[in-house]
Amino acid sequence: MAMLETHDLSAFYGDFQALFGITFTLEEGETVAIIGANGAGKSTFLKTVAGLLRRPPPAVRFDNRDIGALPAYDIVKLGIALVPEGRRLFSSLSVEENLLVGAYGRRIAGPWDLPAIYRLFPVLHERRHAASTALSGGQQQMVAIGRSLMSNPRVLLCDEISLGLAPIIIRDIYAALADIKQHGTSVVLVEQDLVHAMSVADRAYCFQEGRVSLTGRPRDLSRDAIHAAYFGM
Amino acid sequence: MLGWADTLLQGILLGGLYSLYATGLSVIFGIMRLVNLAHGDLIVLGAFLILAATSAGVPLVVACAVVVPLMFALGYGLQSLLLNRALGRNILPPLLITFGLSIIVQNGLLETFSADTRRLDVGSLQSASLPLGGGIAIGVMPLIGLAAAIAVILLLNALFYRTALGRAFRATSDDVEIAQLMGINNRSIYALTMGISLAVCALAAFFLGTRANFDPSIGPARLLYAFEAVIIGGLGSLWGTLAGGIVVGLAQAIGAHIDPEWQILSGHIAFLIVLVIRPRGLFPRAVD
Repeated sequence: MAMLETHDLSAFYGDFQALFGITFTLEEGETVAIIGANGAGKSTFLKTVAGLLRRPPPAVRFDNRDIGALPAYDIVKLGIALVPEGRRLFSSLSVEENLLVGAYGRRIAGPWDLPAIYRLFPVLHERRHAASTALSGGQQQMVAIGRSLMSNPRVLLCDEISLGLAPIIIRDIYAALADIKQHGTSVVLVEQDLVHAMSVADRAYCFQEGRVSLTGRPRDLSRDAIHAAYFGM
Repeated sequence: MLGWADTLLQGILLGGLYSLYATGLSVIFGIMRLVNLAHGDLIVLGAFLILAATSAGVPLVVACAVVVPLMFALGYGLQSLLLNRALGRNILPPLLITFGLSIIVQNGLLETFSADTRRLDVGSLQSASLPLGGGIAIGVMPLIGLAAAIAVILLLNALFYRTALGRAFRATSDDVEIAQLMGINNRSIYALTMGISLAVCALAAFFLGTRANFDPSIGPARLLYAFEAVIIGGLGSLWGTLAGGIVVGLAQAIGAHIDPEWQILSGHIAFLIVLVIRPRGLFPRAVD
């Protein structure tokens, strides 16, 4: 039985349908990449799982429990945390306050607390009293990841964590991701950066126009198949 | 010269009262971006609730101690049962609801208490004053009012900047969607915010009622002073709101000193001048 699954999941923005019957599974400890072009519905999928968009109750199951009807602030307490696209730090809070607010919904004991986050990203300890807006893009991304980890999630949903960052910073972020996985956290990685996503993923889904166009293990997927699933050609 | 010193002193004390009016408004605007057009009427409602309790024989201080939590509960209920239903990207529906609420509260008070002017009686404290020498005296009640305004701001700042709940308030103010991802129920944060706002209104009502006469129609003018104090101070800063209240109070006192007809107008002129020179207020904190 998968830890997290969606069954025939659809999502709407008003009258516009963004997802068409997505069926998705995530096992304990697994890392799954979701790839696809802009507007394929990847971010919408993560938002829907995290509870930011309305969806039918049985469409999302976690630990054999229907969680589709729960609001975002209850989902995080069950152990699903989202690192949002664009980092979206709280601008009037310091770095440390951003991390601490991430623990607001913590209901689960686990490895992550303030010292653990500072061990993972030592630079954040140096800058802990800085305004979150004063950080570089890479440091902001570290805060965003740390903030989500503070709830001790069993599933970490990462939305475009390498977007707009220098290659050397991306390497650091992915090194941290490996650390996070070692603690047993399952990871769902939404990326446009195929190479990075495929290098860490156990399995991958390719989305195209709100539907799953391809799924499998990265080594089983040919370049041509991915190309076709990605662009729909 | 003496007259001016006295005028400035009275203006600052009056400003203390205005910042008490304004603090509740500043809090809800800062956290929810909600403008509560019934704010002034809710202060007057608080004054009438205290009056009703004292008329029933309850001592004034006890009445105040009861009405503050009562108004907190009223605010919590108002937000969770009514205003939360109108949440969304559009700020107009909540604004209209508070406008309607203002009319309901005013007419409800008129129906219940009539249009007679009332006053809260604090006995000998009413006229008690401390001589400062040189012929200037400082009223005890206005001084307590200013002290209360400062105490309320210290207390609220401690809540917002020193506690986990306070972080949740500020996070919700920054980005309500992401705050929910942190496990923060924005609706209950909003309900608490309105509760706090109305609890401060009840305290302001006490000082309103002991300082001057009140009747059901004076709410909108209190709202206007409070709003001017918030804007002058700059959005998102409670100390700014205190400063804003004092600016309005000082301007009114100075205007009245020149010519009593100028009292109200000079408050508004000070507001316009600040808007022209510092459109974001004296101590802006919020970025938007």
